[in-house]
Amino acid sequence: MSVSVDSIYVHKMWNDYELSKMVEGGVQFPMLSDSGGGVGSLYGVYDPDSGVEMRGRFIIDPDGNIQGYEVLTPPVGRNVSETIRQIQAFQLVRNSGGTEAAPSGWRTGKKTLKPNPELVGNVWREWSVKDDD
Amino acid sequence: MPTDFKPGCARPKSSLLKTNVEDVFDQVSLKKEEKSMIKVGGPAPDFELAGYFQGVFKNFKLSEFKGKWVVLCFYPGDFTFV
Repeated sequence: MSVSVDSIYVHKMWNDYELSKMVEGGVQFPMLSDSGGGVGSLYGVYDPDSGVEMRGRFIIDPDGNIQGYEVLTPPVGRNVSETIRQIQAFQLVRNSGGTEAAPSGWRTGKKTLKPNPELVGNVWREWSVKDDD
Repeated sequence: MPTDFKPGCARPKSSLLKTNVEDVFDQVSLKKEEKSMIKVGGPAPDFELAGYFQGVFKNFKLSEFKGKWVVLCFYPGDFTFV
């Protein structure tokens, strides 16, 4: 879901007149209106001086817990594939019941680590920087 | 005189022009708590907001999405460029 301080009517106009020309079928998630920035303040991304919300992105798991967030100032956009990579990694960890961990740069199909006492000091045997490629 | 500003992704700043009395008032209200409720691994603050989705306006409550992975993206404003 996306959130900004704009009204739902402006969301509709933005979707109908611009975004639907970039994405077939228009925006595929709810565009929420947080006029006044109350929710943005709760999440620490509302800037009262400019009256808008920063580019904050929160990954929330099925239990309603925040697993990760990233906040950027307005002029730089996010990387959707990185967000998806992180969600896939969190899903893998969750499905493994916490027995597996996703090392740096992990992508679907890449090697995971199974933390246990024997792995301490031995990650270099199991994983190398090249596994990132 | 109206002054120029450069259009950008952040909404142009606006501010109240203060008199001395309002200055004092502002300092009092600045004592508001600045605690952040956000902690990774901790619960996402629940909310209900009006939204636009696939042609209709509806209210959306975060807690109704329990059981699913949710990406919540804040951004400065519609029609900003990035």
